[in-house]
Formats: sequence, C-alpha cells, structure tokens
Amino acid sequence: MSRTSSVNRRSFLKGTAVTGAAALVPDAVTQAAQAPVAPAPAQRAPAATPAREADPPVEVEAITTDRPGGDFMVDVLKSLNFDYIASNPGSSFRGIHESIINYGGNEKPEFLTCCHEESSVAMAHAYFKVEGKPMAVLCHGTVGLQHASMAIYNAYCDRVPVYILAGNTLDATMRRPGVEWAHSVQDAALMVRDFIKWDDNPVSLPHFAESAVRAYKIAMTPPMMPVVVVIDGGLQEDPIPTEVASRLRVPRLTVATPPQGDSGAVAEAARLLVNAQNPVIVADRAARTPGGIAKLVELAESIQAPVIDQHGRMNFPSRHALNHTDSAAQLIANADVILGLELTDFWGTVSAFRDALHRTSRPRVRPGTRFISITAVDLFTKSNFQDFQRYPEVDVAMAADAEATLPALTEACRKLVTAERRAAFAERRTRLEQAHARARDVARAEATHAWDASPISTARMVAELWARIRNEDWSLVAETGNTSDWAHRLWNFDKHYQHLGGSGGAGVGYGASAAVGGALANRRHGRLSVNIQGDGDMLYAPGVLWTAAHHKIPLLSVMHNNRGYHQEVMHIQRMANRHQRGITRWNIGTTIDTPNVDFAKIAQGMGVYAEGPIENPKDLGPALQRALAVVKKGEPALVDVVTQPR
Amino acid sequence: MSIVRSCGVVLVLLLVVVLACAPVVRAQAPAVPAAPPAQASAGNADAGRKLWVSYGCWQCHGYEGQGGAAGPRLSARSLPLAGFTAYVRRPTNQMPPYTEKVVSNAELVNIHAFIQSRPAPPPVASVPLLQK
Repeated sequence: MSRTSSVNRRSFLKGTAVTGAAALVPDAVTQAAQAPVAPAPAQRAPAATPAREADPPVEVEAITTDRPGGDFMVDVLKSLNFDYIASNPGSSFRGIHESIINYGGNEKPEFLTCCHEESSVAMAHAYFKVEGKPMAVLCHGTVGLQHASMAIYNAYCDRVPVYILAGNTLDATMRRPGVEWAHSVQDAALMVRDFIKWDDNPVSLPHFAESAVRAYKIAMTPPMMPVVVVIDGGLQEDPIPTEVASRLRVPRLTVATPPQGDSGAVAEAARLLVNAQNPVIVADRAARTPGGIAKLVELAESIQAPVIDQHGRMNFPSRHALNHTDSAAQLIANADVILGLELTDFWGTVSAFRDALHRTSRPRVRPGTRFISITAVDLFTKSNFQDFQRYPEVDVAMAADAEATLPALTEACRKLVTAERRAAFAERRTRLEQAHARARDVARAEATHAWDASPISTARMVAELWARIRNEDWSLVAETGNTSDWAHRLWNFDKHYQHLGGSGGAGVGYGASAAVGGALANRRHGRLSVNIQGDGDMLYAPGVLWTAAHHKIPLLSVMHNNRGYHQEVMHIQRMANRHQRGITRWNIGTTIDTPNVDFAKIAQGMGVYAEGPIENPKDLGPALQRALAVVKKGEPALVDVVTQPR
Repeated sequence: MSIVRSCGVVLVLLLVVVLACAPVVRAQAPAVPAAPPAQASAGNADAGRKLWVSYGCWQCHGYEGQGGAAGPRLSARSLPLAGFTAYVRRPTNQMPPYTEKVVSNAELVNIHAFIQSRPAPPPVASVPLLQK
C-alpha cells in the first residue's frame, strides 16, 4: 500500500470477520476486507491553530485510501439499477463522482455530463417517461440544487420520480475555507422540500443505504415525485470505518404496488357509467405504463364512451374511433357523466373561465352532470405551491392510481351491461365512429390554410415532419412550442413512448433538455426521437445540445422559431387592449428578435449538425431529410424553422 | 392538460367574428366549413395587413388569419362587417376588446378587407402530405 495506516490489516480483518452479510455484502465492503483502511472521520486531527502557507504539512498517518465511502454508495446505486446519473460536476460530490467512474467503472450508472442542473433534472424527467424507471441526478450543494429547482418543480407537478443526490459538507470544521462554505448548507433539501416527495440527510453509510433504498421506493409509489438524498462530503470521501464496514449491507428494494380504487367506489362508478346516456372519459396522466393505453381502450370500448386525451401522457390512440379530443368542448357540455382519470385540473375541465377585467367563471356542463375522479394525487397534496388547482366537487372520488383501477372498473362495467344497454352502446359507437372520421377530415382541411405561407405554418411544419417519420419507429420526445396540437390532430399516435406529455409545471426551459433525456432512453431501443422545440425554451439551457453531441444521443430537433415568448406577447396585448393604450407595443420585453437568434449556428457550435433558418416552406422537407440522415447515424441534428406564432 | 379549451360559444360566434382570442384558449375544429374565397370589401386590404400585424391580430389568428391554438380561423370564411365590428368592440368570450379609443372604425374596415382578401386554401386532396 502507498500509505501508512492506523488500522493494520490484521486488526481490520479481525473487525470485519465478526459479521458476514452474505449476498447483501456490497463489493466495496468485501474489498475493504482485503485492504487496510484509513482512520475514520472522528480520528481526524483537528487544526488547533491556523496553518500558514509556509508551515510544513501537518503530519497525518494516512494520506490515501482505496476504500472511500463513495464506493459503498455506488454499490447501493448499482443495486437500484440506475443506467445513468446526470450531473454538472461539483466539488461537494467529488467523492462519489470518482467512485462512480473508477470503482463503478462508469457503468450503471454511467455519468452524463450536463451543462446546467436544470438540464440534468429535465433529462431525468423525460427519461423516466420513456423508460419507466428513474434516472439519478447529482447536484452540487447549494448552488446546484438551486439551479435544479425549477426542473424539480416541473417533475413534481408532472408526477415523475427523479432521484436526486445532493452533495453537501455538513461538518463545518472540515470545510475548506472560502467557496466550500458558500456551497454548504445546514439543511440542503429545505430549498426544494415544498415540491419533492421525500428527502433525508444521512449521517452514516448504513443510514445512507437505508435512505437511498427508501427514497427509491417512495419516488416510485404513485403519486410519483422527485426525492432528494443529501450525501455528505465526509461520508463520500472518508474511508469506510472498520466498525461500520462490518455492518454495511444494501437493503432489499420492494417497490410498492400502486393503490387501487375502493371496490364500493368502483361499483358506483361503473353503475353511473353504464347507465349514462352521454358518458365521457377524460384522461390526463392516466397511462403510467404502455399497458395503461390498452386498459383505457378496454374501458372505453366496454361502454363505447368517447375519450378526451388531455395529453399529460400518451393515454389513448389518436386514430381510435373513440378518441374525440378535438370535440372536447361539445362533449363536456353534453355529458351526463364525466370520468376524470388523473386530471391535473378537474374543475378547469368542467368550468369555463374568462380572463377579462372582471374575471368570471361558469359551468361548462349541464346541471346534474355526475363527476367521477380517480387520482393518486388525492393521496398526497402539499400546501404551499398551488399546482393542485381549484377544488372540484365530484360525486365519486377515488384516491387511487387510475391505471391500477381501470381493470376493476372495466370488469364492473361489463357485469352491469344488459342487452338494452349493449344495443345503446352499439348505436353510440356508430355515431362516434362517424364523428371521429369527420373530425379527422376537418383537421386535414384546416391544415391547408396558410399552407404556403412564410413564416411557415405550424401545420405545414408538423405535416412535413410526419411525412418523414411515419414509417419509422418514432417518438415525439418533447413538444414545447405550442404548435396548436397539430401533431395530435394529424399524426397516428398509438404507442406509449410516442408522446411524453408536457413539463408539468409549465416552467420554460424543460423542452430542450427533456428531449435529450427522452432520446437517450429511446436510443437503446433504436427509436427515432424527434422534438418540436420552442425558441424561448431553447435559450434557457442550450448547452444540452452539447450534451447530446458529446454522448452521441440521436435526436432531431425542429425549431418552432416564432421569435418570441409568444404567450407573453399575447398577455401584453391583452393588457394594452384592456387599458386602451399602446396596442402596438406588445413586442417590448416579449420578442426574441433584433437580432434574430441563429439557432443553427448555436447548435453547430455545440457540435450538432444543423440547418436554417428555414423560411420558405418548400425548403423544409429537404432540410428535414438531410437532418434525419444524420440522426439515423446516431447523432443529434437541428433544423431551425421560422414559424407562425401558433 | 390545464389549458382550457374554447367552449361552444366560440363556435356559435365564429360567423359573428372573433378578432383575437385568449392566449390560453385552444381553438376548436371549426363547426363551419370554409367559405368561398375572398368577398369584396370596402376597405384597403394592404393597409389592413399592416394593421393586422401592428395591432397584434396575428398573435392569436396567425399572419394569414388561419387560426390556431389561441384563436379561431378567420380567413376563407364569410364575415359580415357589422357583426365583425360589433364583436371586436365588445367580445363576449376570451378575446381582448379593441375599443374605438385604440382602433378606429375606418381601420377596422381595412382589417376586415385584409381578412376577406385571404385566398382560399388548396384542396386537401391536392396536398400529398395530408393524405396519410
């Protein structure tokens, strides 16, 4: 060994021989038994007097260790089967960083180099929605977690688990003077505690192991949300203490089964749905898994009810005859029973709200319409951040996971169907099939308006993209540009990974990074990932393009470049009109022009193939074709399209 | 998602006219098929185009009046001037009001002329990209 140790091999082995943790003894501990370790943290010599630069080095017995605590942390992470850990590097987690890449071999998890913590978390956010398992994220002390906070809030609102490890140095006497103090905190998770599901601040390696596994379980139990485990710098960097090594083990993970609706409530919901004349099913984050789509189709077909997909997830095939998303307003207005599945906003679904000088609201439904809600969010609601929306007065409220409840609800419906109801369902199905076909025709006809316009219409852009991906195994990993829902109106969505939903918290800056995370998950499946990318969103953290290039993540980003924060353009216009002044000054503070941003150059500077700006619609198809050729070779590409506002 | 879809009232009012709709409201598929192209209008369409841009009408309805998530299509549709003016002055839905204090009647006539001058779109059958 290269250093002197206060704990010799004989005494160390004597200590560790006491217990044998069998299969659950991690590699780090097993290897620790073959090598001496340095003194535990408590044995560190405190600096009695301030050291001067000219002073000789303080004499210590051990100056190296080959069994730091970070190695054991990696054992725990490996037991949780993480594929990746996304991070912008930071000194508060340098210990585990080194353990990941050397002790862990930079595999499971593999370190992803990110240029901003907001990108790390957003990548993990979308990765989960494709792959169905969390990605880990490393955040640096105070600064990294603050950078990450908006993306964490998005994931929280979107009910997505993100597994966050936050570095910190709790022991004030062990902090390096200067920056490490500014980057240390008493209670690191406090700054995000209002919008995560759980956190802990382990003070020992056994404590870390238990909390790390517990955090995973909590994050993965509906409603799923981000969790934070703070990892102390000393725990990462110091040698595994002999007295601790003997009792280190990785706890077994058993993920909780999602909660299913109460049987009585399920029966009542079935009775209402079967007997309804105009039932409507509304789904937002209903399909957690690919199986969720099939379950929702079964329910809808069991009663031949129309489905409105609010697109929080890919819930229902876009070309299924019972998909009537385009007719949502009429269906809601005529419904006598509405089933809401994991709705973000049940009240907003059944109420109209007018944003005028005097704000008013009114029901959008007929009097007496019955409401059924199934949502796991009823099991876990916090108070400070107001993402829970207006209080919905429903008739049946199941605090349960919708996808887990669907099979029981479908079965209960089937049992109640009489011959008379079956005949009524068949007649309704015929009407709905015809209406669905009409809606598709209307959508295609609407898309022709401004077909040859410049700036390019969003319908044209989306149609051009569809023509080039429809024969591929494609995945729309992000759509942040507000393109008037054209993709859902024109494309054939029928697989869970083809649409990932939105950001959750509507925090701009999600899209570009989420697209890279979703594309990373798709890469191993050989899918073609495409992203319709807003310009304002891209400017939050464009460095994620470099991450995509560096890690060779194939992704086609098509810029919806309307050269503005267009939502805010419209809000300022509204205020000016309301105040009857300056209605031509909507551009001040809202547009992104003068100069126009050259996104192709930005992307090229990050090592990404890029073309644009494309202003003539006739140039768009060939540009997409060339970019796709690059993506099919395994690399990212970007096409900047100057577009109509929506 | 939380974005509120426009209600049936919008559909009823489409023929009455909407100039600009709420930023947070998705346009519905129109209940009414596209009207025959370009009706004669007393206003100046070129002047109307400039107003369409500077007064922000395009923000919700698109530069060509084609509509979108924020506002319904106005192009290639029959829009009587009287109803158009009445609705713009005192909209009943999400559209912000354009009062006489900020837009004159003469300007509205020109904006109306611009809308009415928008050409009819190509037939769907002639657009290969929209066949599948």
